[in-house]
Amino acid sequence: MTQNADHVLDHFDLFRGPEYQEMLANKKKMFENPRDEAEVERVREWAKTEEYKELNFKREALTVNPAKACQPLGAVFVAVGFEKTIPFVHGSQGCVAYYRSHFSRHFKEPTSCVSSSMTEDAAVFGGLNNMIDGLANTLSMYKPKMIAVSTTCMAEVIGDDLNAFIKTSREKGSIPEDYPVPFAHTPAFVGSHITGYDNAMKGIISYFWDGRAGTIEKLERKPNDSINFLGGFDGYTVGNLREIKRIFGEFGIKYTILGDNSDVWDTPTDGEYRMYDGGTTIEETLEAINAKATISMQEYCTEKTLPLIAEHGQEVVALNHPISVKGTDNFLMTLARISGKEIPESLARERGRLVDAIADSSAHIHGKKFAIYGDPDLCYGLAEFLLELGAEPTTVLATNGGKAWEKKMQALFDSSPFGKNCKVYPGKDLWHMRSLLFTDPVDFIIGNTYGKYLERDTGTPLIRIGFPIFDRHHKHRYPVWGYQGGMNVLVTILDKIFDTIDLATNVPAKTDYSFDIIR
Amino acid sequence: MSVANNESVAEIKARNKELIKEVLAVYPEKTAKRRAKHLNVHEAGKSDCGVKSNIKSIPGVMTIRGCAYAGSKGVVWGPIKDMIHISHGPVGCGQYSWAARRNYYIGTTGIDSFVTMQFTSDFQEKDIVFGGDKKLAKIMDEIQELFPLNNGITVQSECPIGLIGDDIEAVSKAKSKEFGGKTIVPVRCEGFRGVSQSLGHHIANDAVRDYVFDKMDPNRPAPFESTPYDVAIIGDYNIGGDAWSSRILLEEMGLRVIAQWSGDGSLAELENTPLAKLNVLHCYRSMNYISRHMEEKFGVPWCEYNFFGPSKIAESLRKIASFFDDKIKEGAERVIAKYQPLMEAVIAKYRPRLEGKTVMLYVGGLRPRHVIGAYEDLGMEVVGTGYEFAHNDDYQRTAQHYVKDGTLIYDDVTGYEFEKFVEKVQPDLVGSGIKEKYVFQKMGVPFRQMHSWDYSGPYHGYDGFAIFARDMDMAINAPVWKMAKAPWKDDSNSKLLAAE
Repeated sequence: MTQNADHVLDHFDLFRGPEYQEMLANKKKMFENPRDEAEVERVREWAKTEEYKELNFKREALTVNPAKACQPLGAVFVAVGFEKTIPFVHGSQGCVAYYRSHFSRHFKEPTSCVSSSMTEDAAVFGGLNNMIDGLANTLSMYKPKMIAVSTTCMAEVIGDDLNAFIKTSREKGSIPEDYPVPFAHTPAFVGSHITGYDNAMKGIISYFWDGRAGTIEKLERKPNDSINFLGGFDGYTVGNLREIKRIFGEFGIKYTILGDNSDVWDTPTDGEYRMYDGGTTIEETLEAINAKATISMQEYCTEKTLPLIAEHGQEVVALNHPISVKGTDNFLMTLARISGKEIPESLARERGRLVDAIADSSAHIHGKKFAIYGDPDLCYGLAEFLLELGAEPTTVLATNGGKAWEKKMQALFDSSPFGKNCKVYPGKDLWHMRSLLFTDPVDFIIGNTYGKYLERDTGTPLIRIGFPIFDRHHKHRYPVWGYQGGMNVLVTILDKIFDTIDLATNVPAKTDYSFDIIR
Repeated sequence: MSVANNESVAEIKARNKELIKEVLAVYPEKTAKRRAKHLNVHEAGKSDCGVKSNIKSIPGVMTIRGCAYAGSKGVVWGPIKDMIHISHGPVGCGQYSWAARRNYYIGTTGIDSFVTMQFTSDFQEKDIVFGGDKKLAKIMDEIQELFPLNNGITVQSECPIGLIGDDIEAVSKAKSKEFGGKTIVPVRCEGFRGVSQSLGHHIANDAVRDYVFDKMDPNRPAPFESTPYDVAIIGDYNIGGDAWSSRILLEEMGLRVIAQWSGDGSLAELENTPLAKLNVLHCYRSMNYISRHMEEKFGVPWCEYNFFGPSKIAESLRKIASFFDDKIKEGAERVIAKYQPLMEAVIAKYRPRLEGKTVMLYVGGLRPRHVIGAYEDLGMEVVGTGYEFAHNDDYQRTAQHYVKDGTLIYDDVTGYEFEKFVEKVQPDLVGSGIKEKYVFQKMGVPFRQMHSWDYSGPYHGYDGFAIFARDMDMAINAPVWKMAKAPWKDDSNSKLLAAE
């Protein structure tokens, strides 16, 4: 017997005991009709070859291990960033269970979201009644200040019209005439979660600025000196938005973060559950039309939102997930230019500290090759930073990256001698990445939790930066933006590099001459 | 912390009834009327729990339920390790369910096993407009080329498939023929079908019947020499290794397990199950359909069992043994005796720390009743329970074998109701899922995920019970819960608070 009460064995120890090992070996041999071991080994080796890579890259229809999710996830991300707002996803209810689970596994926080629970009859007759009943129920149970509606692919395929449905819901008395219900169509078969972010954010902004779906007069812009801020879909939203607030504070700039979900995904354990916390208020959202400019930290999350804002007369600036010194320089200089304020000395000092840290450590990163995957802007920001560190972002892959992103990445590579051998892969998945890691090996992978399968299969150490991160805790609390964010990313990379060297040099009397105390 | 312990059953019943009335008051009239049928206080001696079940969720209430796709791909089919399961439709469904259920397996992932991979047709607008059948056919070609050691393919339909009129059956049939009779299984588990995961289980069971059993060559050679002691484990998804810590007990008592459904399972095991002398069924809800079918078609009897906690394990081992000869009956006694010292040691260690603690559960298919015995073995009491997707036969089993008089019963509970119930009942532990976990922890209530075992497990079998007991103790007696209130804040009215 393996198990014992004094020292309870967990699954990772329990099943390694001889009884279990024998049982499992017997199960395989007797009942699984297993493949010949030599054949498994042959295919395993074949899957590492150039030949396999070529076949793999010829795929036209099959997607394997993609690094993207679907639109409504992004819409939920946006909605919870507004004060006392419930995301209401019109369509099948299973989708909502998935979004809530997905966010909770990443943030280790609750995520409130409701569904209109459409079933087979709604597929035939449309989901109008689900919308009418659903809005009334949500309002009376959870007393939100606003319900932000988006759609699953089911509602999109049958062609439900949100604007008409919400209007009818008002007429039927399900919600008051003037109750705010912004909406966005977010078909899962178009784009990805970053498209959903864009559509939902655009939906909320246009709803409030442009007369609430034709029910009142459009707002008239009375320009002021404030700056609006859009974070984009961001797994580090908790740490990042707080860092951004601090930076705005250092400047003394008046600002509005549109979609501030940093509090609702970081509530305290103090005996009270806060279903709502923080978030951009409706008043702030209305007032935001008057701002001088809007800055988006992620160009590819705001491709439709920024033009909408620009149409209202504001300057719009799109950045690409600034992690690097240059990225943050650009961000701060943009703030200074727009606000007419000087960059505070305190931030200049922070910059100096990050450069100091890079100078201290870059010898350990210089010349190392990295494979990066994630959302397009995150990939860009990370690659830009690696180039500053003298590293080579050899392979950069975004399943939801398009042609424009590809071009932009290539321009970045072309701007640095360290980018000479780097390649960008738009629209590819992590099974493509697996091939690349065998045929064009790198020293480290940077990606989300699912990168651990690549690490296992190829032996390339994984640095976890991205979304989702399910198997490490609390990373989302630490910013990756600003000089402080750059510092966090630098330390994260260095930790893995040093751990990897230590692991490779710890065999007594064999390799441990390099098991250095000082690095 | 618990309020329940100091009250009589009559008081508890009155309180729970009041509580139900209170939560219903929040709803619009029509909704209150519908929800009232799903909430009840259990009366001892009744044949069921007095709630309606397996009915559509109400829009907008924050149901915890999932969909038919989750029931088929996520539960029944997904764990079959040597087949490739295509999430057919847009990218999200497969992405959110990717490797999230902890169905452990042994195999070389990506070469001869595929459980923790996400295969999707990643539908684009043109696939919706022009249909996805051609793409599906091409996907199957590409799978054959790049994953040549796969033993079969299933097509797990997402919502759009049934709406746009794709003929996945025709594609599967043609490709199966082209690939020399390869097992290719179209599954019509679109998320809008039915009212929860439950119909997905049923559809997936039917797909096994139609595309595995019915396609088998009746004259094929026997895959192994049968013995009188061959059994199959049905309805164990090997979460954290549950099926393994169950299998070992069955084998120790002298039985031979010829198949696992579906945790760490393979196509060959599915195919060979009709050769079993007995099917032992753990998750009744998700696999009773195929068990009944095998009984009718192949004459394989089935029996339900419960491997949570030593009392139920012993009862179940004897029940299973009763289908066999004295050799197996003696084997069951031998196994029970073998593990007795371990169980005594586990209970001696943990029961004093858990005695009298109260639990509220809200889980899926079998656990809202099956784990009650395990808690009772530790001196704990389940004061409230409910199912995401039960049918009335589940509530009958719950009423007749598990819950006590006065237990609060909530079917397809809404977020609002669950929070209010916990706030008022003040249990010492809540066992539910990831969506609920952090809500209750914020309120200061210890919590264990009872779908995924909170990344622990196994919880089945004797080896699993040691882990279960350790985990419940760890949750309830963690020092963190004493720190929820800041010392300078008034503590006199310390009660758990749900969101207003």
